[in-house]
Amino acid sequence: MAGAIQDLTTVRQSTRPRRATEEGPLTRWTLTLLSAGFFTAFLLLPLGAVFAEGLRRGAGLYFRTFTDPATLDAIKLTLFTASIAVPANTLFGVAAAWAITRFEFRGKHFLSTLIDLPLWVSPVIAGLVYVLLFGSQGVLGPWLKAHHWRIIYATPGIVIATVFVTFPFVARGLIPLMQAQGSAEEEAALTLGARGWQVFLRVTLPKIKWGLLYGIILANARAMGEFGAVSVVSGHIRGLTNTVPLQIEILYNEYAFSAAFALASLLSLLALVTLGVKSYVEWRARQQLEQSQS
Amino acid sequence: MRRILPGFPLTLGFSVVYLTLIVLIPFAALAAKAFSGSWLHLWAVVTSPRVVASYELSFGAALAASLINGLFGFITAWVLTRYRFPGRRILDGLVDLPFALPTAVAGIALTALYAPNGWVGALLAKIGITAAFNRLGIVLALVFIGFPFVVRTLQPVLVALSEEVEEAAALLGATRLQTFRRVIFPAALPALLTGIALSFGRAVGEYGSIVFISGNIPYKTEITPLLIVSKLEEYDYQGAAGIGLVMLLASLGILALINTVQWWNARRIHPAH
Repeated sequence: MAGAIQDLTTVRQSTRPRRATEEGPLTRWTLTLLSAGFFTAFLLLPLGAVFAEGLRRGAGLYFRTFTDPATLDAIKLTLFTASIAVPANTLFGVAAAWAITRFEFRGKHFLSTLIDLPLWVSPVIAGLVYVLLFGSQGVLGPWLKAHHWRIIYATPGIVIATVFVTFPFVARGLIPLMQAQGSAEEEAALTLGARGWQVFLRVTLPKIKWGLLYGIILANARAMGEFGAVSVVSGHIRGLTNTVPLQIEILYNEYAFSAAFALASLLSLLALVTLGVKSYVEWRARQQLEQSQS
Repeated sequence: MRRILPGFPLTLGFSVVYLTLIVLIPFAALAAKAFSGSWLHLWAVVTSPRVVASYELSFGAALAASLINGLFGFITAWVLTRYRFPGRRILDGLVDLPFALPTAVAGIALTALYAPNGWVGALLAKIGITAAFNRLGIVLALVFIGFPFVVRTLQPVLVALSEEVEEAAALLGATRLQTFRRVIFPAALPALLTGIALSFGRAVGEYGSIVFISGNIPYKTEITPLLIVSKLEEYDYQGAAGIGLVMLLASLGILALINTVQWWNARRIHPAH
């Protein structure tokens, strides 16, 4: 009897019949190949096309794109815009996450729905609302004109539109994390005599730093790559209100394809770096969460 | 209720002021502008044949793309959670590429790829299919944009499905296909629907990737967000606000739909509540 069982297990090991909760090899291969084909057609080929088209006319032309004054101005404006929008939204994200996860109050649900708004509103509408508010025929248009302030078709409009499309990311990254972590440690710090800011800087911040970084990275990627909303408020004034994505559009529409794709490859690299850092940070954030739960 | 932790007035006050300035006032301006002129004019603008044609295109293409994403998103989520093969982690990271890649870059890349002289477009042209500068191109761009939503909503659900249930189904004599149809698929369905709805919602408003690949031909490949931009360029602020309001209401409808699916699912799992 024991021998028979022994025989059965050796047979099992040698031919490895599939487990009841697995599919047959044919199904596995078909599904994996379908998925791989989809990845290739929709994700890998477009990415490859950007670099291939950018380098088609040689590396010389590729690098000359980045010495063009209009392109350099666009890069500067993009960096400037992100340098305002990302810190502002980081501040907002931390404040909103603190209010939402640490306190109960009326309208909390509405507040957190409002934070998601830019994620499901068309970027064109995001730009549109600011033109309707600040544009020459907008609600505040005459008043702004009387004070010689320009917001639409100028840098402030681009910054505001970017702030709008990127404000959910930090808050979205923090809220689930802070909800899961709870506030027991903060309360302990308070009873030990720590003051408000000390609690935040010495207890909360170390606990949430990876989640915070995660949100900042996503916000930054979106801030540097936003097209629709910024396009509506920019007016496309070369050297003045063109960000990198808008400069790509201009080059492309002027049939300067190599330059357009060279500049696009810069943003693609940024996207790949973002994905890499994001995977790492996600992993660290998960570790941090597991640590605080154990 | 007694609040132990400090910072409630500061953080809530800052959040509310910030959102009022960035969101509430501008969106109030949208509503104010839409209803500023005659209501008859507003109605005429949002129901004019060219605008209606753009709704049909935007919603039709978004629906087609989100259904394609439902199918391939399910397959991809399944393969990534259930199978082990070299390069799986890299593929898993790449799923988010459409979130990270600027839409303008996606637009020119897909156009280069699917244009009649592009890598894929040339192959399609041989069998008589025009992808770029056609409605098919719009659907392709929207598939790219919406892909991560279905995969990312399904993955945690597929991971959380307990193996015991599948083993039990197998022990009771179910074939693998029966187990999938009667056990796995019903459990994953709410997440799948949520993913499809999110992908649809994103696709309806998409602008950056489409303006390059669609060719922007009125009545044929002109999407609604593009019409808003045209109205603004003609300084027809009321018309732009009106179309914007229609789109905003549609987005609200989609959001309500997603919440309903999630509520239905929560009730299905915990019927007592």
